[in-house]
Amino acid sequence: MKPLLIEVRLFAALREAAASSTVALELPANATVGDLRQLLVRRWPQWRTLLERCAVAVNQAYAPDQQRLTAGDEVALIPPVSGG
Amino acid sequence: MISLTRQAIDYQALTEAVRDPQHGAVVLFLGTVRDRTGEQATARLEYEAYAAMAEREMRRVVEAAQQRWPQTRIALIHRLGTLEVGEVSVAVAVSAPHRAEAFAACRYVIDTLKATVPIWKKEIGPDGTGEWVHPADISMSDPFRPESAV
Repeated sequence: MKPLLIEVRLFAALREAAASSTVALELPANATVGDLRQLLVRRWPQWRTLLERCAVAVNQAYAPDQQRLTAGDEVALIPPVSGG
Repeated sequence: MISLTRQAIDYQALTEAVRDPQHGAVVLFLGTVRDRTGEQATARLEYEAYAAMAEREMRRVVEAAQQRWPQTRIALIHRLGTLEVGEVSVAVAVSAPHRAEAFAACRYVIDTLKATVPIWKKEIGPDGTGEWVHPADISMSDPFRPESAV
């Protein structure tokens, strides 16, 4: 099975910390939102505290950890929000 | 009327958009830029959004309010970009036949927006340095948290 290439959108403190508005990840086929979270924490252990408080959005909707990712999904990391 | 904007919010137009001859109550909430957070002086705020999702979530919040208070008319607008102290960052206008539903729906919309809509603010101090606000009391990691958080 081909690996899954996902470009994750970043916002606010994560976008500034990464100095980029996206990060490209390679995940195993059939990977879930939870797998993506774990990979991000391994890549950026220094931001673990904030990463663990983020939601993941898939195709512009909040997604649970067990949701499977598929090629072409629009994926974003949503740090704790502060609008208003 | 539900939108994000980079222009100053015309809250009078927003209020007029919900007025209705059958409605005897109109509530307008404005969120404005405060000059400090705790001890920290604020010179200005910078707002950023995941715009496409933020507009979808704003529509969801308004639809949920209208399911709960079916007779209301609701308009919601949030500003993005750099805002000076005193400027309006968000406006919610609600009309209803009577004031109780108008107040309740308005409060629900602003409280839910603050907990669920992907918009962020950065506080810039008088020395020009800034910090993103990612409130410690909001954990986004349960994606089904949105309705229960309010």
